[in-house]
Amino acid sequence: MSDERLSVRTQVLLWTAQRASAAVLAICVVVHLATIIYAVRNGLSAAEILGRTRGNAAWAAFYTLFVAAIAVHAPIGLRTILAETFSWRGRALDITVLAVALTLAMWGFRAVYAVLI
Amino acid sequence: MSTLCVAVWRGQESGRFQEFDVPRRESQTVLDVVTYIQRSLDPTLAYRFACRVGMCGSCAMTVNGRARWTCRTHVDKVGESGRLEIAPLHNLPVVRDLVTDMTDFFDKWARARGQFQGGTTRKDEFARVAPDSPARRLADAAIECIGCGVCYSACDVVAWNPAYLGPAALNRAWTLMNDARDTGNRARLAAVAGDAGCHACHTHMSCSERCPKQIAPTASIAGLKRATIAAALRGDLGDG
Ligand code: SF4
Ligand code: SF4
Ligand code: FES
Repeated sequence: MSDERLSVRTQVLLWTAQRASAAVLAICVVVHLATIIYAVRNGLSAAEILGRTRGNAAWAAFYTLFVAAIAVHAPIGLRTILAETFSWRGRALDITVLAVALTLAMWGFRAVYAVLI
Repeated sequence: MSTLCVAVWRGQESGRFQEFDVPRRESQTVLDVVTYIQRSLDPTLAYRFACRVGMCGSCAMTVNGRARWTCRTHVDKVGESGRLEIAPLHNLPVVRDLVTDMTDFFDKWARARGQFQGGTTRKDEFARVAPDSPARRLADAAIECIGCGVCYSACDVVAWNPAYLGPAALNRAWTLMNDARDTGNRARLAAVAGDAGCHACHTHMSCSERCPKQIAPTASIAGLKRATIAAALRGDLGDG
């Protein structure tokens, strides 16, 4: 099993990336929630929302960062949860969470593209 | 004279609690209770102790659900209900009754490079370490560990991740990281990093709450995290 384990340096960098992305998420989630509440409270229609977001570089940059942080943060946490809960470790797990990361990134960036570009 | 109702674990991984009535005495410790049972009620009871004064670390057991050093735990503190339940430590294989096999626990100290590695000979001068230097203070805060295994038994991550080195071994490594005379820190950092090392710690703090020596392994582990991340970012965290 040891031959299929990530190097210690990679393990540490994953942990660091998860902490760093958590810090980014803490801010992004607050901004995102505030935006939702604003939109709902003011009764904005889908068309009105799209009118404000389309072509807005600031919102595009913000949501790109948000999606990137999610795609980094969630799979690394999932890797630990699966290892601790199901004793699942090694290459198959690492490939699985990488696939989760790519899927999240794909879905997220597709949504960013649809709403902002 | 009042009596205590004491349920004691008998057997190995599978077994059962056996009940004994033990006379209540003044200033009685949990270890006194176990000793009374073994000497007066059932000589086949297996348990372990040596110093009886909180120095050797051999007497730890699970008392009413919590890991404790039994020689320094007064019945007054834990047995108000007149009832005690005494079991072996968690997270270690049971040899028999209250005796656990500490092999894994101490092997992990070795794996965390818990051995002092000096770089001088008897011909060299003594190292001078200022008592108030920051590194010496950090080492002081963590050095009084008696190897009792209470923290290891209290840590959920040890249960979930059998390769995890655990709070005591990592705390030991941290004392050596702060020992100005030690020359083994590069290899030590690699040994304590990653999924089986300090990065597996979820900062639950059970170890720090339960340690009878008031050591905070959580703080030591946080120190190791900082040091290993700095090394990993520098590209100086080898696998050896
Ligand atoms: S702080 Fe870390 S080592 Fe201590 S009990 Fe919690 S997870 Fe275990
Ligand atoms: S750190 Fe505390 S609880 Fe853990 S082995 Fe050392 S003395 Fe015991
Ligand atoms: S018997 Fe030595 S610490 Fe309890």
